[in-house]
Amino acid sequence: MPEHDAAPDTAKAWARVRHALTGRPSRGQWVVAALFVLLGFAAVTQVRSTNDDAYTGMRRDELVTLLQTLDGADERLTQQRAELSATQRNLQQDSERNQAAVEETRRAADALAILAGTVPVQGPGVVITVEDPDETVGASTLLNAIEELRDAGAEAIQVNGVVRVVAQSYVTDASGGNVRIDGREVKRPFVIEAIGDSHTLDQAVVFRGGLADQVEALGGEVNVEQTDALEVTALAEEREAEYARPAR
Amino acid sequence: MIAVLGLVVGIALGLVFQPTVPAGLQPYLPIAVVAALDAVFGAIRAYLDGRFDDKVFVVSFISNVLIAALIVFVGDQLGVGSQLSTGVIVVLGIRIFSNAAAIRRHLFHA
Repeated sequence: MPEHDAAPDTAKAWARVRHALTGRPSRGQWVVAALFVLLGFAAVTQVRSTNDDAYTGMRRDELVTLLQTLDGADERLTQQRAELSATQRNLQQDSERNQAAVEETRRAADALAILAGTVPVQGPGVVITVEDPDETVGASTLLNAIEELRDAGAEAIQVNGVVRVVAQSYVTDASGGNVRIDGREVKRPFVIEAIGDSHTLDQAVVFRGGLADQVEALGGEVNVEQTDALEVTALAEEREAEYARPAR
Repeated sequence: MIAVLGLVVGIALGLVFQPTVPAGLQPYLPIAVVAALDAVFGAIRAYLDGRFDDKVFVVSFISNVLIAALIVFVGDQLGVGSQLSTGVIVVLGIRIFSNAAAIRRHLFHA
């Protein structure tokens, strides 16, 4: 609309506004008012419904797009979860394997430590007391006794509670009828404690021609006592192999 | 005056009753409201021009609303509902702006 058309109407326009606001409502204004009621009602309703829910005002294809996006995200996340679960399973298996290896190594170390006599051990076994008032029992008889016990499956042996008998142990006669084990003098009476099956160990001592018979032939006496809880506390010195190396 | 009161009463009714929009009307109501606004601005301009006619206003108001709803309906059927409703909003918006400009010129001579 050209500017000069409206220019002379300004005063008249304000007069009309004043008249509309102050004058008696005509029939036309009542109709307009009715329509305005409708308009205000609809506008408020629409505004409220738009504020109610972000999805209410959306069209079908928008919703479909949204749904597809969500589906895609869902699928991606499901896949991600599956991958992470797989990783978790792998790690768990690894950790279980490691734990098993550690357990295995610990068992092996325990077995070796018992064999080497570097740890105190406990278990069922026998306590053999050799009494020889005439000091007739020597190194060979003691060695025989140890061999018989080993044959019967003794797993740990100590003499007089001070010497642990291991693979490298040696028994020698010392001057004055004394006996040395691993270079250490053991006093009479000899007390041999062996851990293993107590009944078998007992039989290994008392069988005909065994330690008991031998000692009795030498004028001594052997007393065997089976026990369920024996402690072998003497330790052997830990020795590193100086010359021997594993051959591969 | 009575028209302004009518608008206030309508808003108050909407706030008091808090109606929910029926699902079938949901796509049409926003367009219808904008179309009605267009009719209102046109009416104000016509009033200031001194050629306001209540019959014309009623007919233009109702026909504006119905045609806007019809365009959206047809657009929905054709699968271009969102584009068409955007187009309707743009056209109505332009009309509202031009009417507002005319009213401004009438009242403030600017």
